[in-house]
Amino acid sequence: MNHFLIAPVVLPALVAPFIIMVVRHHLDLTRIFSLACSVVLVAVSLVQAAQAADGSVQVYELGAWPAPFGIVLVLDRLSALMVLLTSVLALVVNLYVVGSGWDKRGANFHALFQFQLMGIQGAFLTGDAFNLFVFFEVLLIASYGLMIHAGGTRRFQAGVQYVVYNLLGSTLFLFALGTLYSVTGTLNMADLAVRVAELPAEDTALLRVGAVMLLLVFAIKAAVIPLHFWLPASYANAPLPIAALFAIMTKVGAYAILRMYTLVFGPDLAITAGLSGAWLLPAALVTLGIGAIGILGSYRIGRLVAFGAITSMGTLLTAIALFTPEGTSAALYYLLHSTLATAFLFLVVDLVSERQGIEIVAKKPMPQSGLIASLFFAGAIAMAGMPPLSGFLGKLLVLDAARESSHAWWIWTVVLLGSLVSILGLARAGSLLFWKSHAMAAEGSDDASQGGEQRSQEDLAEDAARNRAALPFVACFALLAGLVLLTAFAGPATKYAAATAEQLYDPQIYIDAVLGGASK
Amino acid sequence: MELLVASAVGVLTAAGIYLILRRQTFPVILGLSLLTYGVNIFLFATGRLAVNAPPILNKYEEIAYTDPLPQALVLTAIVISFGMTAVVVMIALAAYLSSRDDRIDMPDHPEDEGENA
Repeated sequence: MNHFLIAPVVLPALVAPFIIMVVRHHLDLTRIFSLACSVVLVAVSLVQAAQAADGSVQVYELGAWPAPFGIVLVLDRLSALMVLLTSVLALVVNLYVVGSGWDKRGANFHALFQFQLMGIQGAFLTGDAFNLFVFFEVLLIASYGLMIHAGGTRRFQAGVQYVVYNLLGSTLFLFALGTLYSVTGTLNMADLAVRVAELPAEDTALLRVGAVMLLLVFAIKAAVIPLHFWLPASYANAPLPIAALFAIMTKVGAYAILRMYTLVFGPDLAITAGLSGAWLLPAALVTLGIGAIGILGSYRIGRLVAFGAITSMGTLLTAIALFTPEGTSAALYYLLHSTLATAFLFLVVDLVSERQGIEIVAKKPMPQSGLIASLFFAGAIAMAGMPPLSGFLGKLLVLDAARESSHAWWIWTVVLLGSLVSILGLARAGSLLFWKSHAMAAEGSDDASQGGEQRSQEDLAEDAARNRAALPFVACFALLAGLVLLTAFAGPATKYAAATAEQLYDPQIYIDAVLGGASK
Repeated sequence: MELLVASAVGVLTAAGIYLILRRQTFPVILGLSLLTYGVNIFLFATGRLAVNAPPILNKYEEIAYTDPLPQALVLTAIVISFGMTAVVVMIALAAYLSSRDDRIDMPDHPEDEGENA
């Protein structure tokens, strides 16, 4: 058994308590340990991605209990890809947070951050449905702490809504798991797949109920309309760099849909055939549309990007809902892109809100306006899916994969119109924030004291120091570089995505790897 | 027995959902608690209801036994929901103390908004 497989879960799980218990009073030490942990995580997940790239499925049995009885962690191409994406994103966000001093504004930021990583990595690696629930809770409870980091009335209020909504989701998750367990008598995903396939069709009413409830749970996580209501308020009111990390959390929902509905309730399974796709596809298209309209209607930049995240989830789930290897391959490429793009735009928007507040109105030009404006421009291009960045390629792949579908016209229309509306919304925000403000400065009619907030001299000095910090820009450019690399190496990336999709649609490999020892 | 358990799950869930739809934070949290009680009983029943049966196999004699796994699941679920309820109470308290208002919805006027950050 390869103990290396569990490293992405164990490492943050060890570093986080260490940070709380030993070094919490030394900000520099917590930063060093947290960043070091993130760097090591990237290295570990790179090695794991290389190991999984040959198509082998590795299994780690916790406590050495054989598969259907104990909990297993499974590393296949999809898991390795998601773990790598999480590690890279976490490193960049961590750099940004350290550089911008967000971690100083509340207690225990880095410990919560590491716990959050532990939950996300665990959710991607686990091969057991109940363990998936547990890791969901780990990542959620850490995210509750991160969401209200640095406090503030509005943030607390949004935090209550976020927690309540997710507790409801967790309860529904338990109901779904209970239903599945009562029918099949197992919660190991591979074992579930075997048992579900063996069930006689007339005994599956309860199972179908369970399958739909499970889909609802993951749809809540993935912010599919009409279950998206938690997202805009919580992302817009969370600290924006945290929202950048949360970009991966909606993808946990998408990952879970992809995993459960290819492995357990696969497209070939007669009893649930078409169930997930038939519901998911229209919902995903509506999500895309509402997200785009939300971009157009936002008057605060946090909300703007939050709706951008909803739009990209809509596109992603449209591709997933096709449940074909081509669709999934396109979805995986778009998933990589949209995570990086959403996080990038959240970070850029945090640069803006640190300098001139969160509303999208023309104000005095901010310091480094040119640089930030060009970063926002690049982010908007990526988010809207315009050439030359990877969003364009991603959307092209999605459209191409949809060509065979019977709903191809719907998909094409909504995706293209959605892109157009997003472009309009982002262009409106960008021109108000960056161009109008210069026009106002040229008129020279207004002076300082516009923002309505009286700020003390020290605050201003601190702001100035923060504005000079280079690290936030390093983080932003790292994400931009990621997007550029994803575009430049689109060939290898799509090849990996296609291989991953192929592996997903041949669930026997996964089942054999997990249950191999037991079935003999 | 079955009727008792099933109606307990149903009533708890219904009451929980009713309370969650209230406008104040406190009833919502109570509703969440009821809902988690409901789901715990439901999980407990997924291993089939068996009275006076040990949760272990006995290899020396054939006796009735009850499925131990749902009991483990329920334990996990109880611990998690307890922790989560504590967290939501604390966050709700913070929101209440800083806004002097127990409403769960947020006023959506840009002007009465505290500066973000």
